[in-house]
Amino acid sequence: MSTPLIELSDLGFAWPGQPELLDIPEFHLRRGETLFLKGPSGSGKTTLLGLLGGVQKPGRGHIRLLGTELGALSAAARDHFRVDHTGYIFQQFNLLPFLSVRANVELPCRFSRLRAERARQRHGSVERAAARLLEHLGLDAALLERRAAELSIGQQQRVAAARALIGQPELVIADEPTSALDADARQAFLDLLFAECREASASLLFVSHDQSLAGLFGRSLSLLELNRAARPREI
Amino acid sequence: MHLLRLALASLANRRFTALLTVFAIALSVCLLLAVERVRTEARASFASTLSGTDLIVGARSGPVNLLLYSVFRIGNATNNIRWESFRHFADHPRVKWAIPLSLGDSHRGYRVLGTTPAYFEHYRYGRQQPLALSEGRAFATDPFEVVLGAEVAEALHYQPGDELVLAHGVARLSLTRHEDKPFRVVGILGRTGTPVDRTLHINLAGMEALHVDWRGGVPARGGARIDAEQARRMALQPKVITAFLLGLDSKIATFAVQREINDYLGEPLLAILPGVALQELWSLMGTAEQALFVVSLCVVLTGLIGMLTAILASLNERRREMAILRSLGARPWHIAGLLVLEAFALTLAGVLLGLALLYLSILLAQGPLQAAYGLYLPFAAPSAYEWLLLGAILLAALPLGGVPAWRAYRQSLADGLSIRL
Repeated sequence: MSTPLIELSDLGFAWPGQPELLDIPEFHLRRGETLFLKGPSGSGKTTLLGLLGGVQKPGRGHIRLLGTELGALSAAARDHFRVDHTGYIFQQFNLLPFLSVRANVELPCRFSRLRAERARQRHGSVERAAARLLEHLGLDAALLERRAAELSIGQQQRVAAARALIGQPELVIADEPTSALDADARQAFLDLLFAECREASASLLFVSHDQSLAGLFGRSLSLLELNRAARPREI
Repeated sequence: MHLLRLALASLANRRFTALLTVFAIALSVCLLLAVERVRTEARASFASTLSGTDLIVGARSGPVNLLLYSVFRIGNATNNIRWESFRHFADHPRVKWAIPLSLGDSHRGYRVLGTTPAYFEHYRYGRQQPLALSEGRAFATDPFEVVLGAEVAEALHYQPGDELVLAHGVARLSLTRHEDKPFRVVGILGRTGTPVDRTLHINLAGMEALHVDWRGGVPARGGARIDAEQARRMALQPKVITAFLLGLDSKIATFAVQREINDYLGEPLLAILPGVALQELWSLMGTAEQALFVVSLCVVLTGLIGMLTAILASLNERRREMAILRSLGARPWHIAGLLVLEAFALTLAGVLLGLALLYLSILLAQGPLQAAYGLYLPFAAPSAYEWLLLGAILLAALPLGGVPAWRAYRQSLADGLSIRL
């Protein structure tokens, strides 16, 4: 097996003037793996995602993404690295409501030359890549030029997924992406997401507090167990 | 290019505020340009109140004073000059033409000017334009004929053929009226946009006839009175006039003749160059003109600050938009650039709309302005100076856009990927 996709070791992080929020001795995610990370609020979930995205720098320890030490990069280089290798799906999907569906999906390729290049290699053009992904995710081609704000919740979710997957980033981070959906839709969406991740050979880091989904993933972990700082103090 | 499209799409999403901002900037730009144009044109038309005249001559006083009463019909001469002095210089070998001016009477607040037919022949204003009669003819040999300026005729509703009575002195309410010698309107001049419009022109002989029976500043009484018919038969040769205009046969002679007049031993005279005196007078009014310009600059600044306020106010609600862009790989400078572009786009749209408004208003106001104030606003492309002003406004938008850009930059660094709703 080659180097893991994510490698955390002896990671510590605290916001200025506050006690340590994250203390993770060891964590890794292999390539192509789908991981369910159970993260209730207060477990340091948002901060961990910020660290993985390179928005924050760890206080101590190491974060390696694809073997690259994130802490050693400059802020601009971390920004580059994030968009080149990571796709995000957020709880509120976070589409730009005033852009068309197509423009929303294409956005990461506008900021990452690498992802634009990959999209072109695989599909011929960024536009084609966006259309193909949306088609795979079951979105009607007629919706492509609609404004994102006009779509239903389920449709927005698929657009958000397509946006995360375009240009084949090695890692897809999904933060509670299904909490707005009912159980059936959730299952259907996850199936699509798994299929697309597999096709793009991306790893999926899925963060949610909904334990019922854990069984669908290759591996499941709880951030409360992982993060020593979040465990209740022994009396 | 891609950032610009993002900025425009985001603006389109807030189109109501954006349109208001653009409109505020457009109005201020339009005002600035309009003030600038009126200023330039007013100065040009002021400078061309009188043209073609090489020297104005009057009794010795100050150049501005002489200019004011001889050309603008404001104020009074301190002294008259003798007819012999006028004849002396009118017959000067270098003098091509001479127009005597005799002031002192009025008609319902409008000044009366006694002169000769040479006035209609040689007087020039604007770009060497001669006076033109819109109705009737110039006065002829009968002393009791009057030619009205356009404004006089319009304001007092006179037609050729009407009779009017002049008043002694220039006070608006005159106690002494020349009731016994009415004048007949024979012609009305076309509009010039100069003080000529507010003047009644009569023959020097008429001016003399009005005062032929006056002694010591009051009209004669009883048998000493001379009525209009008697006056017509008299030799009405004026003894004094107020000022005269000279046209020389070459510009080069101007200074020599000016010196000769100023050194004239017959009586103390003053000769001035109209252009120089006009500039001097304009510089007196320059302060007001500059104040107007400063005010309109402030209006532009207000428009730009309005834009700054609108953008700053939108920042909070757009934190989410910024965080989304950040999560999709936008660097903080992208976010800052987005806001600077937004400010620039708003200002550019404002400037363009302002130009459109300016030309629309010129198109609408050109006729009325020319008719009422003699101010001609040309429908011309912006001058180099106007382009400079517009460029400066656009440039000013960049540092102004920098303020919200800097805040958004800080904000997006602090917010990171966490999206606050």
